Amino acid sequence: MDGWWRRDPFFIRYMAREATAPFVAAYAIVLLVGIVSLARGADAYEEWLEALASTGWIVAHAILVAIFAYHTYTWFQIMPKTMPPVVVRGRRLAPEVITFAGIAAAVLASLALWILVAYGAP
Amino acid sequence: MADTRKIVLEVLRYTPGQSTAPTLQQYPIEFTDDMSVLQGLQQVKDFVDGSLTFRWSCRMAICGSCGMMIDGAPKLACRAFLRDFLPGPLRVEPLEHFPIERDLVVDISDFVDKLGRITPWIEPREPRSLEQGEYLQTPAQLERFESFSHCINCMLCYAACPQYGLDSRFLGPAATALLHRYNSDSRDGAQAKRMELVNSEEGVWACTAVGYCSEVCPKAVDPANAVNQNKTASAVSWFARFLPGRG
Repeated sequence: MDGWWRRDPFFIRYMAREATAPFVAAYAIVLLVGIVSLARGADAYEEWLEALASTGWIVAHAILVAIFAYHTYTWFQIMPKTMPPVVVRGRRLAPEVITFAGIAAAVLASLALWILVAYGAP
Repeated sequence: MADTRKIVLEVLRYTPGQSTAPTLQQYPIEFTDDMSVLQGLQQVKDFVDGSLTFRWSCRMAICGSCGMMIDGAPKLACRAFLRDFLPGPLRVEPLEHFPIERDLVVDISDFVDKLGRITPWIEPREPRSLEQGEYLQTPAQLERFESFSHCINCMLCYAACPQYGLDSRFLGPAATALLHRYNSDSRDGAQAKRMELVNSEEGVWACTAVGYCSEVCPKAVDPANAVNQNKTASAVSWFARFLPGRG
Protein backbone atom coordinates (compact mmCIF):
# COMPACT_ATOMS: atom_id res chain seq x y z
CA MET A 1 0.00 0.00 0.00
CA ASP A 2 3.06 2.28 0.00
CA GLY A 3 2.38 5.38 -2.09
CA TRP A 4 -1.24 4.27 -2.64
CA TRP A 5 -2.43 7.86 -3.01
CA ARG A 6 -0.24 8.46 -6.07
CA ARG A 7 -1.96 5.67 -8.01
CA ASP A 8 -5.12 7.54 -8.97
CA PRO A 9 -5.85 11.25 -9.61
CA PHE A 10 -8.90 10.88 -7.33
CA PHE A 11 -6.63 9.99 -4.40
CA ILE A 12 -4.25 12.86 -5.20
CA ARG A 13 -7.20 15.29 -5.06
CA TYR A 14 -8.26 13.71 -1.75
CA MET A 15 -4.77 14.15 -0.27
CA ALA A 16 -4.68 17.77 -1.50
CA ARG A 17 -8.04 18.36 0.22
CA GLU A 18 -6.75 16.89 3.48
CA ALA A 19 -3.48 18.84 3.19
CA THR A 20 -5.40 22.15 3.12
CA ALA A 21 -7.09 21.42 6.47
CA PRO A 22 -4.09 22.29 8.75
CA PHE A 23 -3.86 25.70 7.04
CA VAL A 24 -7.50 26.39 7.90
CA ALA A 25 -6.84 25.41 11.51
CA ALA A 26 -3.65 27.51 11.64
CA TYR A 27 -5.45 30.58 10.30
CA ALA A 28 -8.15 30.14 12.94
CA ILE A 29 -5.34 30.68 15.48
CA VAL A 30 -4.27 33.89 13.66
CA LEU A 31 -7.86 35.17 13.92
CA LEU A 32 -8.00 34.08 17.56
CA VAL A 33 -4.89 36.16 18.27
CA GLY A 34 -6.76 39.10 16.65
CA ILE A 35 -9.74 38.63 18.98
CA VAL A 36 -7.47 38.36 22.03
CA SER A 37 -5.65 41.57 21.03
CA LEU A 38 -9.00 43.30 20.50
CA ALA A 39 -9.94 42.33 24.04
CA ARG A 40 -6.64 43.75 25.27
CA GLY A 41 -7.46 47.18 23.88
CA ALA A 42 -7.15 49.45 20.82
CA ASP A 43 -3.33 49.60 20.84
CA ALA A 44 -2.90 45.84 20.87
CA TYR A 45 -5.47 45.48 18.08
CA GLU A 46 -3.78 48.13 15.92
CA GLU A 47 -0.46 46.33 16.47
CA TRP A 48 -2.01 43.06 15.26
CA LEU A 49 -3.45 44.81 12.17
CA GLU A 50 -0.08 46.40 11.43
CA ALA A 51 1.68 43.05 11.69
CA LEU A 52 -0.76 41.57 9.16
CA ALA A 53 -0.06 44.48 6.76
CA SER A 54 3.58 43.44 6.38
CA THR A 55 4.74 42.14 2.96
CA GLY A 56 5.30 38.65 4.31
CA TRP A 57 1.74 38.38 5.64
CA ILE A 58 0.26 39.84 2.43
CA VAL A 59 2.06 37.19 0.34
CA ALA A 60 0.95 34.54 2.85
CA HIS A 61 -2.66 35.76 2.56
CA ALA A 62 -2.58 35.53 -1.26
CA ILE A 63 -1.45 31.89 -0.99
CA LEU A 64 -3.94 31.18 1.82
CA VAL A 65 -6.87 32.51 -0.23
CA ALA A 66 -6.07 29.97 -2.97
CA ILE A 67 -5.75 27.17 -0.38
CA PHE A 68 -9.03 28.16 1.32
CA ALA A 69 -10.85 28.35 -2.04
CA TYR A 70 -9.76 24.76 -2.83
CA HIS A 71 -10.69 23.65 0.69
CA THR A 72 -14.14 25.25 0.43
CA TYR A 73 -14.79 23.73 -3.00
CA THR A 74 -13.76 20.21 -1.98
CA TRP A 75 -15.54 20.50 1.38
CA PHE A 76 -18.87 21.20 -0.27
CA GLN A 77 -18.14 18.54 -2.87
CA ILE A 78 -17.94 15.84 -0.17
CA MET A 79 -20.76 17.36 1.95
CA PRO A 80 -23.68 15.49 0.29
CA LYS A 81 -21.92 12.21 1.12
CA THR A 82 -21.72 13.11 4.81
CA MET A 83 -25.30 14.14 5.54
CA PRO A 84 -28.70 12.47 5.80
CA PRO A 85 -30.99 12.81 2.77
CA VAL A 86 -32.66 16.19 2.39
CA VAL A 87 -36.21 15.64 1.19
CA VAL A 88 -37.96 18.55 -0.49
CA ARG A 89 -41.57 18.07 -1.62
CA GLY A 90 -41.27 14.30 -1.28
CA ARG A 91 -38.10 14.03 -3.41
CA ARG A 92 -34.51 13.65 -2.34
CA LEU A 93 -32.30 16.63 -3.21
CA ALA A 94 -29.59 15.75 -5.74
CA PRO A 95 -25.99 15.91 -4.40
CA GLU A 96 -25.11 18.52 -7.04
CA VAL A 97 -27.80 20.86 -5.66
CA ILE A 98 -26.36 20.59 -2.12
CA THR A 99 -22.80 21.20 -3.38
CA PHE A 100 -23.91 24.20 -5.46
CA ALA A 101 -25.94 25.68 -2.57
CA GLY A 102 -22.95 25.32 -0.23
CA ILE A 103 -20.48 26.95 -2.61
CA ALA A 104 -22.97 29.73 -3.43
CA ALA A 105 -23.48 30.40 0.31
CA ALA A 106 -19.70 30.53 0.85
CA VAL A 107 -19.23 32.96 -2.06
CA LEU A 108 -22.09 35.20 -0.89
CA ALA A 109 -20.85 35.21 2.73
CA SER A 110 -17.32 36.10 1.55
CA LEU A 111 -18.67 38.92 -0.64
CA ALA A 112 -20.82 40.30 2.19
CA LEU A 113 -17.81 40.26 4.53
CA TRP A 114 -15.65 41.95 1.89
CA ILE A 115 -18.21 44.73 1.42
CA LEU A 116 -18.60 45.14 5.18
CA VAL A 117 -14.82 45.47 5.67
CA ALA A 118 -14.22 47.67 2.60
CA TYR A 119 -17.13 50.08 3.07
CA GLY A 120 -17.86 49.77 6.78
CA ALA A 121 -20.98 48.63 8.56
CA PRO A 122 -24.21 50.35 7.46
CA MET B 1 -16.19 -9.07 -38.60
CA ALA B 2 -17.22 -5.72 -39.96
CA ASP B 3 -15.56 -2.57 -38.67
CA THR B 4 -13.07 -4.21 -36.35
CA ARG B 5 -10.24 -2.51 -34.55
CA LYS B 6 -7.29 -3.92 -32.65
CA ILE B 7 -6.26 -3.60 -29.04
CA VAL B 8 -3.84 -5.48 -26.84
CA LEU B 9 -5.19 -6.83 -23.55
CA GLU B 10 -2.50 -7.01 -20.90
CA VAL B 11 -3.90 -9.48 -18.41
CA LEU B 12 -2.51 -10.44 -15.02
CA ARG B 13 -1.90 -14.18 -14.77
CA TYR B 14 -1.27 -15.95 -11.49
CA THR B 15 -1.84 -19.40 -10.07
CA PRO B 16 -0.87 -19.64 -6.41
CA GLY B 17 1.18 -22.75 -5.82
CA GLN B 18 2.32 -22.87 -9.44
CA SER B 19 3.52 -19.34 -10.31
CA THR B 20 6.17 -17.70 -8.16
CA ALA B 21 4.73 -14.21 -8.81
CA PRO B 22 1.96 -12.63 -10.90
CA THR B 23 2.95 -11.92 -14.51
CA LEU B 24 1.34 -9.88 -17.29
CA GLN B 25 0.40 -11.67 -20.48
CA GLN B 26 -0.43 -9.82 -23.68
CA TYR B 27 -3.33 -10.87 -25.91
CA PRO B 28 -3.82 -8.88 -29.13
CA ILE B 29 -7.51 -9.04 -30.09
CA GLU B 30 -9.85 -7.63 -32.72
CA PHE B 31 -13.03 -6.01 -31.49
CA THR B 32 -16.14 -4.26 -32.69
CA ASP B 33 -17.46 -1.01 -31.24
CA ASP B 34 -20.12 -2.72 -29.13
CA MET B 35 -17.75 -5.13 -27.38
CA SER B 36 -17.19 -4.93 -23.64
CA VAL B 37 -13.94 -5.78 -21.87
CA LEU B 38 -15.69 -8.97 -20.67
CA GLN B 39 -16.38 -9.96 -24.29
CA GLY B 40 -12.72 -9.29 -25.06
CA LEU B 41 -11.69 -11.68 -22.27
CA GLN B 42 -14.22 -14.25 -23.48
CA GLN B 43 -12.73 -14.02 -26.97
CA VAL B 44 -9.30 -14.76 -25.51
CA LYS B 45 -10.63 -17.68 -23.47
CA ASP B 46 -12.63 -19.18 -26.37
CA PHE B 47 -10.09 -18.81 -29.17
CA VAL B 48 -6.61 -18.08 -27.78
CA ASP B 49 -6.01 -19.36 -24.26
CA GLY B 50 -8.57 -21.52 -22.50
CA SER B 51 -6.66 -21.39 -19.23
CA LEU B 52 -7.42 -17.69 -18.62
CA THR B 53 -9.68 -17.58 -15.56
CA PHE B 54 -12.26 -14.91 -14.66
CA ARG B 55 -15.75 -14.68 -13.14
CA TRP B 56 -18.82 -13.57 -15.05
CA SER B 57 -22.48 -14.36 -15.33
CA CYS B 58 -25.18 -11.93 -16.43
CA ARG B 59 -23.27 -9.65 -18.87
CA MET B 60 -25.58 -6.77 -17.94
CA ALA B 61 -24.27 -5.20 -14.73
CA ILE B 62 -26.68 -6.89 -12.36
CA CYS B 63 -24.93 -10.02 -11.02
CA GLY B 64 -21.82 -8.22 -9.77
CA SER B 65 -19.47 -11.07 -10.73
CA CYS B 66 -17.07 -9.47 -13.23
CA GLY B 67 -15.53 -6.72 -11.09
CA MET B 68 -11.83 -6.22 -11.90
CA MET B 69 -9.21 -3.51 -12.19
CA ILE B 70 -9.51 -2.12 -15.71
CA ASP B 71 -6.85 0.39 -16.63
CA GLY B 72 -6.13 0.73 -12.91
CA ALA B 73 -9.69 1.50 -11.80
CA PRO B 74 -12.28 -0.90 -10.32
CA LYS B 75 -14.97 -1.53 -12.95
CA LEU B 76 -17.42 -4.20 -14.07
CA ALA B 77 -15.88 -5.79 -17.17
CA CYS B 78 -19.33 -6.06 -18.77
CA ARG B 79 -19.92 -2.33 -18.34
CA ALA B 80 -16.53 -1.14 -19.65
CA PHE B 81 -16.14 -0.93 -23.42
CA LEU B 82 -12.94 -1.75 -25.28
CA ARG B 83 -13.41 1.26 -27.60
CA ASP B 84 -12.87 3.60 -24.63
CA PHE B 85 -9.34 2.30 -24.01
CA LEU B 86 -7.77 2.82 -27.43
CA PRO B 87 -4.99 2.82 -28.41
CA GLY B 88 -4.17 0.44 -25.55
CA PRO B 89 -2.62 -1.73 -24.33
CA LEU B 90 -5.40 -2.22 -21.80
CA ARG B 91 -4.26 -3.51 -18.42
CA VAL B 92 -6.72 -5.95 -16.78
CA GLU B 93 -6.00 -7.08 -13.22
CA PRO B 94 -7.92 -8.73 -10.39
CA LEU B 95 -9.77 -6.54 -7.86
CA GLU B 96 -7.34 -4.82 -5.56
CA HIS B 97 -7.18 -5.55 -1.80
CA PHE B 98 -8.32 -9.18 -2.19
CA PRO B 99 -6.08 -12.26 -2.34
CA ILE B 100 -5.82 -13.77 -5.84
CA GLU B 101 -7.36 -17.19 -6.22
CA ARG B 102 -6.32 -17.55 -9.86
CA ASP B 103 -5.72 -14.97 -12.64
CA LEU B 104 -8.62 -12.47 -12.36
CA VAL B 105 -10.55 -14.42 -9.73
CA VAL B 106 -10.15 -13.19 -6.15
CA ASP B 107 -10.96 -14.79 -2.82
CA ILE B 108 -14.09 -12.98 -1.56
CA SER B 109 -14.51 -14.85 1.72
CA ASP B 110 -13.66 -11.77 3.84
CA PHE B 111 -16.48 -9.80 2.22
CA VAL B 112 -18.96 -12.67 2.51
CA ASP B 113 -18.04 -12.98 6.20
CA LYS B 114 -18.65 -9.24 6.69
CA LEU B 115 -22.05 -9.47 4.98
CA GLY B 116 -23.07 -12.22 7.37
CA ARG B 117 -22.14 -10.14 10.40
CA ILE B 118 -24.41 -7.14 9.73
CA THR B 119 -27.68 -9.02 10.36
CA PRO B 120 -28.65 -8.64 6.70
CA TRP B 121 -32.37 -9.25 7.18
CA ILE B 122 -35.31 -7.53 8.81
CA GLU B 123 -35.97 -8.40 12.43
CA PRO B 124 -39.53 -7.15 12.91
CA ARG B 125 -39.90 -4.12 15.18
CA GLU B 126 -43.13 -5.64 16.49
CA PRO B 127 -44.24 -9.23 16.10
CA ARG B 128 -47.36 -9.62 13.97
CA SER B 129 -49.41 -12.72 13.30
CA LEU B 130 -50.47 -13.69 9.77
CA GLU B 131 -54.02 -12.58 10.61
CA GLN B 132 -52.75 -9.09 11.39
CA GLY B 133 -51.51 -8.78 7.80
CA GLU B 134 -48.34 -7.41 6.26
CA TYR B 135 -46.04 -4.69 7.56
CA LEU B 136 -47.01 -1.49 5.79
CA GLN B 137 -44.61 1.21 4.66
CA THR B 138 -45.15 4.64 3.12
CA PRO B 139 -43.29 5.78 -0.03
CA ALA B 140 -41.40 8.30 2.13
CA GLN B 141 -40.25 5.51 4.47
CA LEU B 142 -39.13 3.48 1.46
CA GLU B 143 -37.22 6.46 0.05
CA ARG B 144 -35.05 6.53 3.20
CA PHE B 145 -33.31 3.25 2.36
CA GLU B 146 -34.22 2.25 -1.18
CA SER B 147 -31.02 3.38 -2.93
CA PHE B 148 -28.93 1.41 -0.41
CA SER B 149 -30.80 -1.76 -1.35
CA HIS B 150 -29.54 -1.51 -4.95
CA CYS B 151 -26.11 -2.96 -4.05
CA ILE B 152 -25.13 -5.95 -6.21
CA ASN B 153 -22.17 -7.02 -4.00
CA CYS B 154 -19.66 -6.48 -6.81
CA MET B 155 -17.01 -5.29 -4.31
CA LEU B 156 -15.71 -2.51 -6.57
CA CYS B 157 -16.04 -0.19 -3.55
CA TYR B 158 -13.69 -2.41 -1.52
CA ALA B 159 -11.09 -2.28 -4.30
CA ALA B 160 -11.56 1.52 -4.29
CA CYS B 161 -11.23 1.95 -0.52
CA PRO B 162 -7.66 2.73 0.65
CA GLN B 163 -8.70 2.26 4.28
CA TYR B 164 -9.81 -1.31 3.56
CA GLY B 165 -6.53 -1.83 1.71
CA LEU B 166 -4.56 -0.59 4.71
CA ASP B 167 -6.54 -2.58 7.27
CA SER B 168 -9.03 -5.18 6.07
CA ARG B 169 -10.69 -5.37 9.49
CA PHE B 170 -12.67 -2.27 8.43
CA LEU B 171 -16.27 -3.30 7.76
CA GLY B 172 -16.05 -1.30 4.53
CA PRO B 173 -18.43 0.43 2.12
CA ALA B 174 -20.86 -2.21 0.75
CA ALA B 175 -21.45 -4.03 4.05
CA THR B 176 -22.09 -0.68 5.79
CA ALA B 177 -24.46 0.38 2.99
CA LEU B 178 -26.46 -2.80 3.46
CA LEU B 179 -26.34 -2.38 7.24
CA HIS B 180 -27.73 1.13 6.76
CA ARG B 181 -30.41 -0.22 4.40
CA TYR B 182 -31.78 -2.42 7.22
CA ASN B 183 -31.21 0.11 10.00
CA SER B 184 -33.21 2.74 8.05
CA ASP B 185 -36.11 0.39 7.37
CA SER B 186 -39.20 1.41 9.34
CA ARG B 187 -40.15 -2.25 9.81
CA ASP B 188 -36.83 -3.26 11.39
CA GLY B 189 -36.06 -3.49 15.08
CA ALA B 190 -32.44 -4.73 15.17
CA GLN B 191 -30.78 -1.31 15.11
CA ALA B 192 -29.20 -1.66 18.57
CA LYS B 193 -27.51 -4.91 17.56
CA ARG B 194 -26.12 -3.41 14.33
CA MET B 195 -24.99 -0.22 16.09
CA GLU B 196 -22.57 -2.33 18.17
CA LEU B 197 -20.77 -3.14 14.92
CA VAL B 198 -21.01 0.47 13.66
CA ASN B 199 -19.43 1.77 16.88
CA SER B 200 -16.72 -0.90 17.08
CA GLU B 201 -13.05 -0.62 16.09
CA GLU B 202 -13.85 -2.10 12.67
CA GLY B 203 -16.90 0.14 12.28
CA VAL B 204 -17.46 3.43 10.48
CA TRP B 205 -14.76 5.50 12.21
CA ALA B 206 -12.01 3.91 10.11
CA CYS B 207 -13.44 5.82 7.11
CA THR B 208 -11.70 9.09 6.26
CA ALA B 209 -14.26 10.21 3.65
CA VAL B 210 -12.12 9.59 0.59
CA GLY B 211 -15.39 9.00 -1.29
CA TYR B 212 -13.93 6.92 -4.15
CA CYS B 213 -16.24 4.02 -3.20
CA SER B 214 -19.30 6.03 -4.29
CA GLU B 215 -17.49 7.19 -7.41
CA VAL B 216 -16.86 3.64 -8.70
CA CYS B 217 -20.24 2.17 -7.66
CA PRO B 218 -22.01 0.94 -10.82
CA LYS B 219 -25.42 1.20 -9.12
CA ALA B 220 -25.17 4.70 -7.59
CA VAL B 221 -25.61 3.21 -4.11
CA ASP B 222 -23.41 5.91 -2.54
CA PRO B 223 -21.84 3.75 0.20
CA ALA B 224 -19.77 6.73 1.40
CA ASN B 225 -23.05 8.38 2.37
CA ALA B 226 -24.16 5.28 4.31
CA VAL B 227 -20.83 5.17 6.18
CA ASN B 228 -20.87 8.87 7.02
CA GLN B 229 -24.52 8.93 8.07
CA ASN B 230 -23.58 6.20 10.51
CA LYS B 231 -20.76 8.31 11.95
CA THR B 232 -23.50 10.74 12.99
CA ALA B 233 -25.65 7.85 14.27
CA SER B 234 -22.66 6.48 16.18
CA ALA B 235 -21.87 9.86 17.77
CA VAL B 236 -25.53 10.37 18.72
CA SER B 237 -25.74 6.91 20.32
CA TRP B 238 -22.54 7.65 22.29
CA PHE B 239 -23.80 10.99 23.63
CA ALA B 240 -27.25 9.51 24.32
CA ARG B 241 -25.66 7.50 27.16
CA PHE B 242 -25.40 10.70 29.17
CA LEU B 243 -29.11 11.44 28.97
CA PRO B 244 -31.10 10.72 32.12
CA GLY B 245 -32.59 7.26 32.14
CA ARG B 246 -30.14 5.94 29.51
CA GLY B 247 -26.86 4.06 29.56
